Amino acid sequence: MCLAVPMEVKKITDNWAVVEYEGTRREVRLDLVDPKPEVGDYVIIHAGFALHRIDEEEAKENLKYWKEILNKDI
Amino acid sequence: MKHLSEYRDKELAQKLIAAIRDQSKRPIRLMEVCGTHTVSIFRHGIRQVLPPTIQLISGPGCPVCVTATEEIDRAVKLARNPGVMITTFGDLVRVPGSQSSLQMERASGADVRMVYSTFDALKLARENQNKKVIFLAIGFETTAPTIAAAVLEAKLLGLENYFILSAHKLLPPALEVLLNSGDLNLQGFIYPGHVTTIIGTGAYEQVAEKYHLPGVVCGFEPVDILETILMLVRQIEQGQAKVEIQYKRGSSAIGNPKALNVLNRVFVPCDAPWRGLGTIPDSGLALRPEFRAFAAEDHFDLQVPPAQDHPGCACGEVLRGIKTPLQCLLFRTACRPDSPIGPCMVSTEGTCAAYFKYNE
Repeated sequence: MCLAVPMEVKKITDNWAVVEYEGTRREVRLDLVDPKPEVGDYVIIHAGFALHRIDEEEAKENLKYWKEILNKDI
Repeated sequence: MKHLSEYRDKELAQKLIAAIRDQSKRPIRLMEVCGTHTVSIFRHGIRQVLPPTIQLISGPGCPVCVTATEEIDRAVKLARNPGVMITTFGDLVRVPGSQSSLQMERASGADVRMVYSTFDALKLARENQNKKVIFLAIGFETTAPTIAAAVLEAKLLGLENYFILSAHKLLPPALEVLLNSGDLNLQGFIYPGHVTTIIGTGAYEQVAEKYHLPGVVCGFEPVDILETILMLVRQIEQGQAKVEIQYKRGSSAIGNPKALNVLNRVFVPCDAPWRGLGTIPDSGLALRPEFRAFAAEDHFDLQVPPAQDHPGCACGEVLRGIKTPLQCLLFRTACRPDSPIGPCMVSTEGTCAAYFKYNE
């Protein structure tokens, strides 16, 4: 039930944001997310709320690490 | 999401599987305590690719499943009040109580609605001023701040017909109860990514220290889970008991202080009944005195007779990780997804439902 999906912020109006993932759009609340996301950010959405702004740098670091381990012994 | 394909990369998964097979020497049991992990592990066939040294067991990670029968009985009693509209999240309406379920009450004429968000329930309350709209609030720390935010909004709007019945559960106290029971022979925890998004890793640090038990906060894609298992194998083989975060893109050691602040403004910990684990001190959430106007228990009679579970149902033992669904006599015979007896078969994230669907 703690299922939460990353969605892209398309529009922000006060405490509401329109988010989208693969063509599905939802209106979600921003009461609980800090720092507040901007349009273009990815946020983790759970039960109609953004809970977390995805740290793009962390995500890239992770991918870089995975690409590295593909090319060496782990 | 961007990069999603990498989290499902076959070549990377194979590399991780090979490393796990190579580095796992001693027999270990790892517990996941998140229903979304349970489903992902089954859906991607992760148990089948692990070496025989590694056993994955499912713990009390599904909020629908850990909701106690007495809590369902109270919800059923509430639904029978004239002028009441019950709102809640999906699967809960199908969970059998002692005599009835919310689904059965709806079939008998009760007004029971499923919502996606607490703000949907608020909207229903505003649009149905002649009804008392009660939200059955279940969920772990991931969900509780969303319920709290809606209570703050209800107060702001001055809503007098919105109530919540809090059946929230806090995960760390349950982990301690599991470990103290002595039934579990456990070498590591696969910690839930989105609970950690909110609470951070502080509570897990205490578990690691007190029980010398390693844990890794894990994401939800197959590569996330395999990498987490490899991180745990390495710690265990080296005799370490650290808390590590694999799911760095979605969680951090400090969690989400803003969400915790909203949660703590509205709720205070209280004792709570868990299916299979009994009443655990400070493992639930009650509304603080200044928000009692929204507390269903202060406005409705919720007295119910002692709960009665089906005598053959092993959900309690399944939730504690000491039985698998295959050891339950009702599994796949009397208890099936279309006619569930226990909550672990009702919830799509329940362990029994996963065993059934993926034909274990």
